[in-house]
Amino acid sequence: MPSYSPYFNPEFETLDRLSIEALQLQRLQDTVGRCYHGSAFYRQRLDSVGVTPDKIQSLDDLRRIPFTTKQDLRDTYPFGIASVPLDRCVRLHSSSGTTGNPTVVLHTQNDLNEWANALARCLWMVGCRPEDVFQNTSGYGMFTGGLGFQYAAERLGMMTVPAGAGNTLRQLKFFTDFGTTVVHAIPSYAARLYEVMCQQGIDPRKDTRLRIMAIGAEPHSEDTRARIEDMLGVKAYNSFGMSEMCGPGVAFECQEQNGMHIWEDYYIVEIVDPDTLEPVPDGEVGELVLTTLKREAMPLLRYRTRDLTRVLPGTCPCGRVHKRLDRMKGRSDDMIILKGVNIFPIQIETILMQYKELASDYLITLETLDDNDGMTVDVELSELTNVDDYAALQALSKDIARSLRDEILITPKIRLLPKGALPKSEGKAVRVKDLRKKY
Amino acid sequence: MTTRQISVFLENKSGSLVKVFKALKQAHIQLVTSTLADTADYGVCRILCDRPEDAYQVLTAEGFSVTMTDVFAVVLDDKPGRAADAIELFASNNISISYLYSFLFEGKGVLIFRTNDIPRASELIRENGYSSITNFSSNQE
Repeated sequence: MPSYSPYFNPEFETLDRLSIEALQLQRLQDTVGRCYHGSAFYRQRLDSVGVTPDKIQSLDDLRRIPFTTKQDLRDTYPFGIASVPLDRCVRLHSSSGTTGNPTVVLHTQNDLNEWANALARCLWMVGCRPEDVFQNTSGYGMFTGGLGFQYAAERLGMMTVPAGAGNTLRQLKFFTDFGTTVVHAIPSYAARLYEVMCQQGIDPRKDTRLRIMAIGAEPHSEDTRARIEDMLGVKAYNSFGMSEMCGPGVAFECQEQNGMHIWEDYYIVEIVDPDTLEPVPDGEVGELVLTTLKREAMPLLRYRTRDLTRVLPGTCPCGRVHKRLDRMKGRSDDMIILKGVNIFPIQIETILMQYKELASDYLITLETLDDNDGMTVDVELSELTNVDDYAALQALSKDIARSLRDEILITPKIRLLPKGALPKSEGKAVRVKDLRKKY
Repeated sequence: MTTRQISVFLENKSGSLVKVFKALKQAHIQLVTSTLADTADYGVCRILCDRPEDAYQVLTAEGFSVTMTDVFAVVLDDKPGRAADAIELFASNNISISYLYSFLFEGKGVLIFRTNDIPRASELIRENGYSSITNFSSNQE
C-alpha cells in the first residue's frame, strides 16, 4: 500500500481547541443568518426570543437560542423548516413513522458533498484506503445508512459493493468473490453473517479478506463489539449518526476505540439535563444536543437528539482534538432502536388498538436470541375473542404481526395472552422491556 | 340438539389450569370431561360440565377469557366401528368438523364435535337415528 496521511482532512482534523472554537463561531453566525433569512420557522423562533444573527457574538450566545425538537420537524412537515427554496434541494430522506407526521430531512448538493466528506473522514480514520473493497449491507433508499455510506466510500476512493440489506448467502459470495475488506453492518447483522458463514463452512480469517467493520445504528455494548471482532477477525468501529443530522458520519470511533469523535467543524455539541435543559458538568451523562454548522437546506439549531451520552474527558492519543462521545446510554424519550429502525411504542399501540379482539394492555419485549435481536409483543385477548376457534387465534396473531411489520418494518413475534395476564402496575404502565445483550 | 361447551384460553404457565378447576370446584360444578390443546404459547381448555352457563359466569368473573360454544354430543353404542360410521356419515354429507373428541359416559360412547353447519348436522343425526345429549346435569338425565 502507498503511504498515506493518517488524516482525510488534515486541515480540519488536526485543529486545536482554540481554532475549532473560532471556526465554530464563524460558522454558527453563518448558520443563524441562513436560518433567520431563509426559514420562516426559524425567523419566528428567533424573533420570539429577540435573537437576530448579529446578536451571536460568542459561542455562549448559542444558549439564547431555543431548542429544536423532533416535534418541530413533524409540525413543519414536509418542507416547513427548510432554509433554502426547494429548487436548490437535490434529495430528501424521511423517517418511517406514521404516527402523526414523519420527519423529512432535505439536502442541497453541498449538503450531500459535506455528508460524504464527513463520513469518508470517519472511514479513513479507521484505516480504510482506496485499495479497500467496501461492501454495504444497509438497505438503500430512505434509510441513510445505504446512500450515506455509498457516497462516502466512493469519496474515499474504495471500490464499493452496494449489496443492500439481506440475502446473507449472496453477501457471503460477494465477500469471497470480490475480496471485500470493509463492511458496514448493524451489529445484529454482523452476528448473522458469522452464523451463516459457519453453516456454509466459511472461515472469515482464511476464506475472506475482511479486516474492518463499521457497526452502528443500533445500541450495542463493548462485549458485542469484542464478539464481532473475534467472530469475524476484523476491527469493528462504532458509528453514530441520525437522519436529522444527515445520517452516519456525525461521530465515529478512531483506532483507539475509546469514544466516538464528533466532527466539531460540522457540529456544536451540548450535553444537557433532559429535565432542566441546563448544561451538565463536563463528563456527565445528559441529552445530546447538536447544532449543525455547514448545512444549507435544513440547518438545525440546538436539536434535541434524545440520545443520552457524555463527552469523554481527556485527550485522545490519535491526535484529534474533536470531542469524543461515549457509547449511547439510552434515550430521554421512549424510542426503541431495533435493527437500526427507530420505533416508538405509540406506533405499536395504535395498530394494536385497531383490533377489537384485543384488550388495551400490551408489553413489548426486546431480546437477543441466537445473536439476533428481536421483538415480542404480548397482547391480551378481549372478551370479544372466540377462544374456541384455533384457526382464528392463529390467524389473529399472524394478522397482527403483518400489520405491525407494515408500520415498523420489523416482524415481531405475537404472544396472545388471556386478559389480565400482563402485570398491572400502579402509575405509569411498563410498555417496553429491553432484555437485549448490550451496555 | 347441541350442548354447551366452555372453552378457556390459558397462558402456558404453571398454575393456570389449576385455577380453572378450583373455580369450578368452589361453585360445585360437576365436570363431565375436559381436553387441553396447547401451542407453544398458549392453551385452550375445553370443558363439558353439568352447568355450563354457571361455569361461564364463574370463570368470566374470575377473569378468564372464556367462550361458550354449541357442540354436538352424539351417543354411540360402545362397540368397535361406531365412531367411524358416524364420522363417515358427516364426511359424506360435506359437514366439516373443526375438532372432535370422545369419551365414555354412563356406558355409552359420546362423540363431541364442532361444526359450523349446525342445522344440517342436526338433520343428519335425526334422520339416521342417532341420539344426542343436550344436557349433562345428572338430575335431568
